[in-house]
Amino acid sequence: MLEAGVVLKAQGICMTFPGVKALDNAGLTLKKGEIRALMGENGAGKSTMIKCLTGVNKFEAGEIYLEGFDGPIVNKDTMDAQQKGIATVYQEVNLCPNLSVAENLYIGREPLTKLGTVNRKAMNKKAAALMKELELDVDVTKNLEDYSLALQQMVAIARAVDMDSKVLILDEPTSSLDDREVEKLFSMMRKLKAKGVGIIFVTHFLEQVYAVCDGITVFRNGHLVGEYEVEELPRVKLVAAMMGKDFDDLASIKKEGSGDKRNEPLVIEAKGLSHAGTIKPFDLDIHKGEVIGLTGLLGSGRSELARAIYGADRAQTGTLKVNGKEVKIKNPIDAMNLGMGLLPDDRKAEGIIADLSVRENIILAVQAKLGILHRIPMAKQCEIADKFIELLQIKTASRETLVKQLSGGNQQKVILARWLATDPDFLILDEPTRGIDIGTKTEIQKLVLKLADEGKSLIFISSEIEEMLRTCNRMAVLRDGAKVGEIEEHDMNQMNVMKAIAGGDRNE
Amino acid sequence: MSSIKKLTQKRLFLPVFSMILVMLINVIYDAATGNAALSFFTVSIRNGVLYGRLVDILNRGTEAAILAIGMTLVVSSSAGTDISVGSVMSLYGGMCCMLLAGFGNVNVSSYAVPLIVGIGAGLLTACACGLFNGFLVAYMNIQPMVATLILWSAGRAIGLLLCNSQIVYVRVPSFQKIGGYVGFIPTPIIVAAACILVAALVLRLTALGTYIQSVGINKRASRIAGFNSAKIILLCYVICGLCAGLAGMVATSRIYSADTNNIGLNMELDAILAVALGGNSLGGGKFNLAGSIIGAYTIQAIDTTLLSLGVSTAQSPVFKAVIVILIVVIQSEPMKDFFKKMSKKKAAVKGAA
Amino acid sequence: MKKTKTRINGNNMLLLITIVLFVVMYIGGCIVYADKGFARLQTFFNILINNAGLICIASGMTCVMLTGGIDISVGSLVAMDCMILAAGIEQWGWSSPALMLFILLVGVVFGFVQGFCIAYLDIQPFIVTMAGMFFARGMTAVISTQQISIVSDKLFTTLAGFQLKMPFGGTLNRKGIMQFPYLRVTVIVALVVVVLVFLMLRYTRFGRSIYAIGGNQQSATLMGLDVKKTKLKVYMLASFLTSIGGICYCLNTMAGTTQQALGLEMNAISSAVIGGTLLTGGVGNVFGSLVGVLINGTISTLVQTNGKLISSWSNIITAILLCFFIVLQSIFARIKDSKK
Repeated sequence: MLEAGVVLKAQGICMTFPGVKALDNAGLTLKKGEIRALMGENGAGKSTMIKCLTGVNKFEAGEIYLEGFDGPIVNKDTMDAQQKGIATVYQEVNLCPNLSVAENLYIGREPLTKLGTVNRKAMNKKAAALMKELELDVDVTKNLEDYSLALQQMVAIARAVDMDSKVLILDEPTSSLDDREVEKLFSMMRKLKAKGVGIIFVTHFLEQVYAVCDGITVFRNGHLVGEYEVEELPRVKLVAAMMGKDFDDLASIKKEGSGDKRNEPLVIEAKGLSHAGTIKPFDLDIHKGEVIGLTGLLGSGRSELARAIYGADRAQTGTLKVNGKEVKIKNPIDAMNLGMGLLPDDRKAEGIIADLSVRENIILAVQAKLGILHRIPMAKQCEIADKFIELLQIKTASRETLVKQLSGGNQQKVILARWLATDPDFLILDEPTRGIDIGTKTEIQKLVLKLADEGKSLIFISSEIEEMLRTCNRMAVLRDGAKVGEIEEHDMNQMNVMKAIAGGDRNE
Repeated sequence: MSSIKKLTQKRLFLPVFSMILVMLINVIYDAATGNAALSFFTVSIRNGVLYGRLVDILNRGTEAAILAIGMTLVVSSSAGTDISVGSVMSLYGGMCCMLLAGFGNVNVSSYAVPLIVGIGAGLLTACACGLFNGFLVAYMNIQPMVATLILWSAGRAIGLLLCNSQIVYVRVPSFQKIGGYVGFIPTPIIVAAACILVAALVLRLTALGTYIQSVGINKRASRIAGFNSAKIILLCYVICGLCAGLAGMVATSRIYSADTNNIGLNMELDAILAVALGGNSLGGGKFNLAGSIIGAYTIQAIDTTLLSLGVSTAQSPVFKAVIVILIVVIQSEPMKDFFKKMSKKKAAVKGAA
Repeated sequence: MKKTKTRINGNNMLLLITIVLFVVMYIGGCIVYADKGFARLQTFFNILINNAGLICIASGMTCVMLTGGIDISVGSLVAMDCMILAAGIEQWGWSSPALMLFILLVGVVFGFVQGFCIAYLDIQPFIVTMAGMFFARGMTAVISTQQISIVSDKLFTTLAGFQLKMPFGGTLNRKGIMQFPYLRVTVIVALVVVVLVFLMLRYTRFGRSIYAIGGNQQSATLMGLDVKKTKLKVYMLASFLTSIGGICYCLNTMAGTTQQALGLEMNAISSAVIGGTLLTGGVGNVFGSLVGVLINGTISTLVQTNGKLISSWSNIITAILLCFFIVLQSIFARIKDSKK
């Protein structure tokens, strides 16, 4: 049963996806009138937990208690959860932009006239009253799309609140808002808090956690790390909790003194590159044979920086020099022809071509560089595929197996093989070790060092500081969509990196 | 049991199976009506040319087979269909015959321009149509079927315009050759064979197949891997346009006239049906050209069979529509889930016993 | 401040362009072809009379398109309706009221099958309705491959011949007799349909659900709307309205043939698109589609009045307009995206 003042409690939640234990004995406690941040890096299990709370996921073990219900509750689906009093507002506004604000608030439960038709007048009146109560300056008869994303976000929240929600889950509501809009959202959250609504707030921005939250719950690798009051968890400690400090017992694999590459020639010189809305202008130099780590929390712009160099998101400002020559990269193929490669972080959406075979996936980039008219002969394709299956120890039934039938780690190796086959001078690895087993992780780390030894330059992005400390010569730190600094090798240790990621001197 | 399952999962199972089914129906029907049971397969030479139902199917199926080539690529790359192919065939007829006869002439027995100019201009027009469709789909992000709807309606109308709303006859033997005979073999069969051969060669010698499938399966990943998705999709539509032109060439030559109201009428359904019957998903991705081509001839076999059963050509769409719906219903996700549940239940029952 | 701001966004803009286009086209026609009597009220009424069926069909099409779907079976369905009417009256000896009810029933069942495949089996609307289109066209031929003219049913011929005279706007004909402009029953039916559909879309939960689904299907589901059921109902409604349109169409042609109403789906779709309905769904209304139909009608009337142009010109011009509006929609959508 629930202790006094607690509105929602989840405990012992376990949930497995094929091959991965997404949640292992995780839990969460939310008090009435409390704003609690739910923090964790990629794969920590935040979104899985939220899906368990809202009835999207069916978890295997554990209980969820909600105020007003005796015993554990089971939500059939999101509608059921909403009726019980758990409402969710997502990053993408889940409303209909082509309907009026009032309709978005009341669709499906509109006030009706005696004839059974929608009573628009009454609906607009109710909506206007609700908006006034929440101190939002909105003309409820106008279409939702006429308002800013922040306001749309708030309308979504208003809808949830009006349905008598006891618990409001805000899943990264701020990621597409600017500072002023965020502040508006916060004042609304505080108002709801005063009304006794419990809010679970998921965000990547540390700044925001300390601005609005009362408590912090931290997840890592599907486990509950701990539940804290905001005062007892300064930034650095929070980062440490999220990223974990557990050194695994692998010996250091980096050679001593491989460090300084600053006398090597420059491979990449980026000056003032930026992509609107994702990464602010940045400078970055990369030398031959150097491994640069990009560190920062998820959403800090670490992937976006790499993508701007590669042309995956075309850079809108600044200049880029490759091997000393200024170049214009419009599309990935331009970057590839300059000897670059990108292993994207979203393996499913941007990495594998699921319905093609391992062989076809491996030769893809080589083929793209050769062009459509120069088909690689079948014998050669098999040769390349076999070589890399052997080299990277890809576990597959045959080279003709469809890549979607492979495990995550092996899929990752296939994409890595795709790039290695092109013999790149400069390779960007965005979270190459995410969601794969520890053995493969070490293999990939060793490979990174081997490639650097061969004189290739790399960008290495990871959520695990340990991993980067072991492989990188230098690290660039990102925060809130901007590059904020670099850490030289002799300064690279857990504490310094975490401090740099956390930023700010408040709460230290 | 498992061997049956293996067989049904073979890529060419669906088209070959339906082809055999149609043949069986023919054999049974022939036997029942007192004809020689195998008369369907008999090929003889009458009046100096090949004769028989099989030859007829190969001959008449030419247009559908050629269209199926282009349609397969379009479906694979853009997950949509080009419904303008029938109209483009008709437009080819209008363009070609207008040039050959000279604008405004209705019935000529000599060319106004050399034959090759007429055919070339017709094919170019067809490619231009493909380019137009492809541009709308690849660069303007318009749903394929809506984008091709424009030419679906306008293509035939423009053809009609070129022919001044009349049926233009070109009564020159060399013009009729493409729809006629070379020696004792019907020329369309040769044209179809040539198109299939070229398509096979292109897919074997260039990386087109890999490009198209990759783009069709995962556009974003293909972009990261260095493919230009829009260009590939555009190319597919141009090829589809060219195929429609070639099919129009055969169709026009058969009747040595530009009957723009009727050339290629309803051919888009045949082409789409051929692709679906060939075991290709209409949702794009992997494709199987051989399957589509067998599918096209299967449809012609169905048509021929229906005709011999006394169903008129105007009525046969009823049957084809039913077949299309059956195929897509079986392919649909909810039905697949349903089948899976059924087989699981069966397995559970077996396990319990 | 906010209230004085005009509410012209991309979507209203499309409708505005359409209305201006219609007015310009019509007035232009009145000036250029004044000597051919284009400016007479009856010319306008004739556009309505000739397109009464299309107006009903376009109303149904608008509803379907608002959900983000499409229905290209309508032309063939009209042909089948006409054939059933013709064959029913002339060959089966049914009474016309019974036949009309039967046709409406056929429409609902036809729509149910299509809607079920689309909503519950998740098959692309285009494929399903394309099969429907060929099925209906084939069935028309199964009923009869001959043209059947309707002559023997008293009620039906009376309905077809009835003229609703206007008490104004008359002109003198060559013999000097006052001719008042008239409308036909079909026009009244069509206008009633438009008004009812408009009210349905605006003031019922079903209507608002249609817009919600077109706006964002996933959101609609999350907000607790029964998306599948709504979609099924929309396709049933469209086929039902098409059947009403089929009866109106038949009252104009008084015959059933296999070649009837070829490409009518194209007219319906282009009317809706030109009238400001977004192909992606969620935006548009049936009055816009009415204007779209009128534009189509005006184009073919202009081509006919010209006399020198062959009839396929009207198809071509319609296609060009359709293309123009589709591309315009795509551009507006892109501008909207880039703003975010």
